[in-house]
Amino acid sequence: MKEVTLSPAELEAIRDWNEDSRRLAREVLGKYPDRRSAVMPLLYISMIENGYVTAAGMKSVGVLTGLTGAQVQSVASFYTMYKREALGDYLVSVCTSISCFLQGADDVLTAVEDESGVPDGETGEDGKFSVEHIECNGACAGAPVVLVNYEMIEGVTPDKARELVNWLRDGGPDVISTDEMQRLFGGQRSFDWGVEEPEGAFLPVPAFGPYGSAKEAE
Amino acid sequence: MSTDGQVKILTARMEANRTDSHTIERYEATGGYTALRKGLLELGPEKVGAEVKASNIRGRGGANFPAGVKWGFLAAARPAYLVVNGDESEPGTFKDRQLLERDPHQLVEGVILTSFAVGVNHAFIYIRGEYPKPARRLQHAVDDAYQKGYIGKDILGSGFDLEITVHLGAGAYICGEESALLNSLEGRRGEPRLKPPFPAIEGLYAKPTIVNNVETISNVPWIINNGGLAYAGIGPEKSAGTRMLSLSGHVNNPGNYEIVMGMSWRDLIFDIGGGMAEGRELKAWIPGGSSAPWFVPAEHLDTPVTIDDVAQHGSMLGSGAVIVMDDSTDVIAAAHRIVRFYAHESCGQCTPCREGTTWLERIFNRILSGRGRPSDIDLLLDVSDGISPGLGWPPVMTTICPLGPSATAPVVSLMKYFRAEVEARIAREVAHG
Repeated sequence: MKEVTLSPAELEAIRDWNEDSRRLAREVLGKYPDRRSAVMPLLYISMIENGYVTAAGMKSVGVLTGLTGAQVQSVASFYTMYKREALGDYLVSVCTSISCFLQGADDVLTAVEDESGVPDGETGEDGKFSVEHIECNGACAGAPVVLVNYEMIEGVTPDKARELVNWLRDGGPDVISTDEMQRLFGGQRSFDWGVEEPEGAFLPVPAFGPYGSAKEAE
Repeated sequence: MSTDGQVKILTARMEANRTDSHTIERYEATGGYTALRKGLLELGPEKVGAEVKASNIRGRGGANFPAGVKWGFLAAARPAYLVVNGDESEPGTFKDRQLLERDPHQLVEGVILTSFAVGVNHAFIYIRGEYPKPARRLQHAVDDAYQKGYIGKDILGSGFDLEITVHLGAGAYICGEESALLNSLEGRRGEPRLKPPFPAIEGLYAKPTIVNNVETISNVPWIINNGGLAYAGIGPEKSAGTRMLSLSGHVNNPGNYEIVMGMSWRDLIFDIGGGMAEGRELKAWIPGGSSAPWFVPAEHLDTPVTIDDVAQHGSMLGSGAVIVMDDSTDVIAAAHRIVRFYAHESCGQCTPCREGTTWLERIFNRILSGRGRPSDIDLLLDVSDGISPGLGWPPVMTTICPLGPSATAPVVSLMKYFRAEVEARIAREVAHG
């Protein structure tokens, strides 16, 4: 990984970002031979900063990577995980692809919509939940699968999905971790996960160390 | 070999060490990074490449192309790159997630050996965006390997330098297609490229690039430790080695199974998978991910599970995802669900795919909502024929990549084996008007 020094103009573009995000941005730029490759991780960082991919966020990413705002937007608009509208605190994603469908995933989605009061594809007015159906998430022996802020739970029943929604509404943890939710609301798993880990997400952005939202739980 | 007499190459360590197979301590204590020493300090790059070629391992991402041959295509220009495809997104597939979470060092060691063999100094591992936990495990493994001096400058004093970057995607099935993945890694829209030029000539940043699947590369340490011939000697000649199959749907024991190819589908579904629930019967199964044409018990139960036998019967072993449907399945709804996936995931570059998959989904919507017309059956087949003329398998291509043709597989399978069910559904609705 190479050390990256930002020019005054580049520093100015991310002046509003917090110190962690500015450091992560430099780190990410050092991981690729070509700055343009950092567009995807930088978009995630901009989501951490702004809650979703905003026009200002895309402009900042453009300055760091040498792209125009339109070029950044063409990338952001291609991928479903770059959300271009404000999200709730918890993004609840229900897989309804073929293997989950065969195990009753549509009923799980209905339970989540019903209990949260938020229809598929929307965000509730109180800003607590966003609900979406998603395509296959690669845990098909543990179908049906639900993600909260991209942390996965396998073997979810409609009843457990309702419990999950209530648990989140009643406060939920600061850090959403897949292992804790699996223990509380999960069932059949695709494979043995071996050991519980406290790492997880505190925002609807995938919690991946160097440029995600991973934090150690207390 | 594991205790039950089955050959286990990829999963032996995780099965024996259920809580810590992902740590560097356990990995090293169970023979990890010995292949790296052997490869870098004893064999040298040519011999490492020769062992992998001799192993006859075929790529595990879906296309089943011999990996050693692929490596041989890498053009001489430098810099060159290795890109590992961990964008596992083919519905029904979850093997790479297990390999990443439970034994990430096996992959990292494979990446280092492969990079050494083909002569690249920067490798990228592209993990799908919805896999933050596998990505975290992998990043920890990469960090630990850097600390130990297995990655970085002058690895083990061999003079070989390597950097590994873990890259997270952002939710696009199409990025599993290798040229789309390269575009994505360059910070572009994940749209497949016209080929040629193939990535081995012009790949990442227009430089020579090898793209291999997570499972393929995870086999490399074993091959170097035990020799390519030992690997080639496992299983049928043209389906050498073990294979991770992801079993899901209506079986009693869904899960990932590392098998030696050559068993029958009956053995796989009823012995390993444990068969259907009490009182249920097998209706159909998809042998290699949602893109694959379906198999049915009347015709395919005794077909061997090998790459070539499945191909000869008009389907593909693809990504190794086996999706089982029992007689409670509404196969029309199942086909719709698969078609809907491709309509959602089409990148939109090619008209037959962009328009065709959308129309297929709409016609299915009409049938499922009770407004189907008798002519819809021919219409579904006609639209499918517009995407892939002749409706054969492997499909005739009208598009840059195989995504569009994949959407025709469930349609053609439905009409081939369950046409009467579709006709009856439409007739019932027409009668009820």
